[in-house]
Amino acid sequence: MKKHTLSVAVVAGLAVGVSSAAMARDTIQIAGSSTVLPFAGIVAEEFGNTYSQFNTPVVGSGGSSGGLRQFCQGVGENTIDIANASRSIRSGEVESCAENGVNEILEIQFGYDGIVFASRLDRGEFALTPEHVFKAAAAQLPQNGELVDNPYTRWSEIDSNLPDQEIVLVIPASNHGTREVFEEKVVHPGCDTVAEVEGDACNNLRGDGRIVEIAGDYTETLARLDAQEDAVGVFGLSFYDQNRDRLQVATVDGVTPSLETIGSGEYPVSRPLFFYVKGEHIDVIPGLAEYTEFFLNEMTSGYGSPLEDAGLIPMDENERSQALEQFESRTVVSVD
Amino acid sequence: MSITIEQRRQHRLMTIEKSLAKRHRKENGFRRMGLAAVITGMALVAILFISILMRGVPAFWQATMYMDVYFDPEIIQLEPKPERASGESLFEFEERFLQWETQAGQVNWQSLIDNALEEALGVEVEGPQLRDLRALVTSGERYALRDRFVEDPSLLGQTVELKMLASANVDVWIKGNIDRDLPDARQQLSAQTRAWADQLDASGVIRNAFSTSLFLNTDSRSSLASAGLAGAFMGSLFMMIIVIALSVPLGVSSAIYLEEFAPKNRLTDLIEININNLAAVPSIVFGLLGASIFIGYLRLPISAPLVGGLVLTLMTLPTIIIATRASLRSIPPSIRQAALGIGASRVQTVFHHVLPLALPGILTGSILGVAQALGETAPLLLIGMNAFVASVPATPLDQSTALPVQIYLWQGNELRNFFEARTSAAIIVLLGLMLSLNALAIWLRKKFETRW
Repeated sequence: MKKHTLSVAVVAGLAVGVSSAAMARDTIQIAGSSTVLPFAGIVAEEFGNTYSQFNTPVVGSGGSSGGLRQFCQGVGENTIDIANASRSIRSGEVESCAENGVNEILEIQFGYDGIVFASRLDRGEFALTPEHVFKAAAAQLPQNGELVDNPYTRWSEIDSNLPDQEIVLVIPASNHGTREVFEEKVVHPGCDTVAEVEGDACNNLRGDGRIVEIAGDYTETLARLDAQEDAVGVFGLSFYDQNRDRLQVATVDGVTPSLETIGSGEYPVSRPLFFYVKGEHIDVIPGLAEYTEFFLNEMTSGYGSPLEDAGLIPMDENERSQALEQFESRTVVSVD
Repeated sequence: MSITIEQRRQHRLMTIEKSLAKRHRKENGFRRMGLAAVITGMALVAILFISILMRGVPAFWQATMYMDVYFDPEIIQLEPKPERASGESLFEFEERFLQWETQAGQVNWQSLIDNALEEALGVEVEGPQLRDLRALVTSGERYALRDRFVEDPSLLGQTVELKMLASANVDVWIKGNIDRDLPDARQQLSAQTRAWADQLDASGVIRNAFSTSLFLNTDSRSSLASAGLAGAFMGSLFMMIIVIALSVPLGVSSAIYLEEFAPKNRLTDLIEININNLAAVPSIVFGLLGASIFIGYLRLPISAPLVGGLVLTLMTLPTIIIATRASLRSIPPSIRQAALGIGASRVQTVFHHVLPLALPGILTGSILGVAQALGETAPLLLIGMNAFVASVPATPLDQSTALPVQIYLWQGNELRNFFEARTSAAIIVLLGLMLSLNALAIWLRKKFETRW
């Protein structure tokens, strides 16, 4: 009997503790894109170190789509405050946010990232064009005026200048924002060069095992390259940068990806990076506005900042002040 | 023609001899197969352990700089640390102190490190080369300097020998974890930084010191070299306390009730089947359950060890119930009959006689269940415990990771050259904890074991 009362007391005590704590979360909670995660992690840590009155924000992953889904689950202490995304929010997501009461979605763009094709150091060098990639990846291609299943098995069959290697392309799965950029900036332009394939058919990728989709992060892609030596993987520039000793990068349209070529727009496959702040949580979760302003600070994400060292391509002064202005005026994302 | 008795005997002997050889062959064959199976198993375990140890053990030592740092009063221009005046309210004092702390944070601590490095290298560095210089020491050290000064402002104007962690890439370079012959374009560090690192290594400023940061620091992304396991360890500790506090009493008492008191009918049969099935449910399902019930419905915080502990409790309960029931069942009925025979009530029988005898089995089952929970990763990923947390949780309600999740996170870190070893080191720590839990289980079993 004594034991019984004790366990009841423990459970009751826990419940009281929980309900009081659930009312006052004082740590910013972030989730989303694994491309943005390294940057957000650095900012979170520096933020915690700089402002002794705020806790260090917690940064989770889950991909852009996963993060935005969590973001749109509602308003309240048990939902996240910020979603990181390597693509902009979709109108469907804005709607589902609104259904759950999240109306104040503040979009913050904080820099750019390049998407690169890289292969093992001991394999051939690639000089790709969107056309090459599309022909290697498409489900169906025209042959003698008819659409047939993709006949290519080696890169050299597509273009004799490419290495004589098995076609294996390791790309991010659709939970990653990178996938959308890959389709938009590489597959679609490549598709345009093939008149017979149009519209939605452009997005049909071959299903014979030559396209490997990775739902996890880039280390998984890297592991794939260890297992399938001929494979070409899709990485973020910052990831490639940290593993330059094992990977070689392919040029796209003759341009080698680097901070400079991506910053100038010369390298075609780049995308802006975002995070989304839940306006309803500002002034409820301490430090949320300060975190955002700290992130956009020149010292944090500008030229010569720790984020640039980590591989982020900074925005220029104009874009930065525009982003900050947008946040300060609390301009919410609207569906158009 | 008749067969003599002698012939028959001969014939029988031959048959026996023939079959005997066959039977011996079979026995030997089976023995060899068994031995081969054991050897294969042991070899695989050995390969696993050796590869983890080979990769992980070096990570317990880390390139560390021993430098004289001068707390230059010209750089640290700060008012004296505020003291609480008499009559001043605590709130006012804290306000004033916070202000002072903020000012201390704005001091250019990095330049103290830069000066110390210049001193150690015997060079003057300016302009763009400053970047190469700063690549030597991990970036978190400037906050360590600040914290040290805030703690003890009398350091002003003094020169102190301090230990500072070299940056992750310098550690990789010094340890030879990156090919030194690679061309500049493929190296992580600039040629200048590499030359300086080698110079400091040769002059004994950089030493390979035991990495206390691995145990004392939390995970880090901005200062990779100082990433440690402290936060994850505390998270795991909180979860294990919750698991032990909830699942052992619940599991043991339900097992005792089911085994000793409950009537045997369809309902208890159904419960038994369900418990057995529950033990076979994949752990990720418990994670989904936890995410929807504890976080979605009960509105508990995400990434909190409390939720992790509750989820792992659900997962551990069936294991403990089954182990407890098995060990209760192994107590001979004569013990119960004897106790009942001399007039003990059923509760007395169970608590005075059966339970003490069953204790070793119950303890072993519980500890193994808890050890399994300690190593569980999948359900934690679903309740947000795979986030990057850069602070040590103070309560089970604070956001945190857990040891196995930290391993998962580190193996996903971009800087493979550094984190491959770090990941293995974390695995060694986790394995060490597991082994000590198992050893505890064996010790307890031996201690309480009774023979009858």
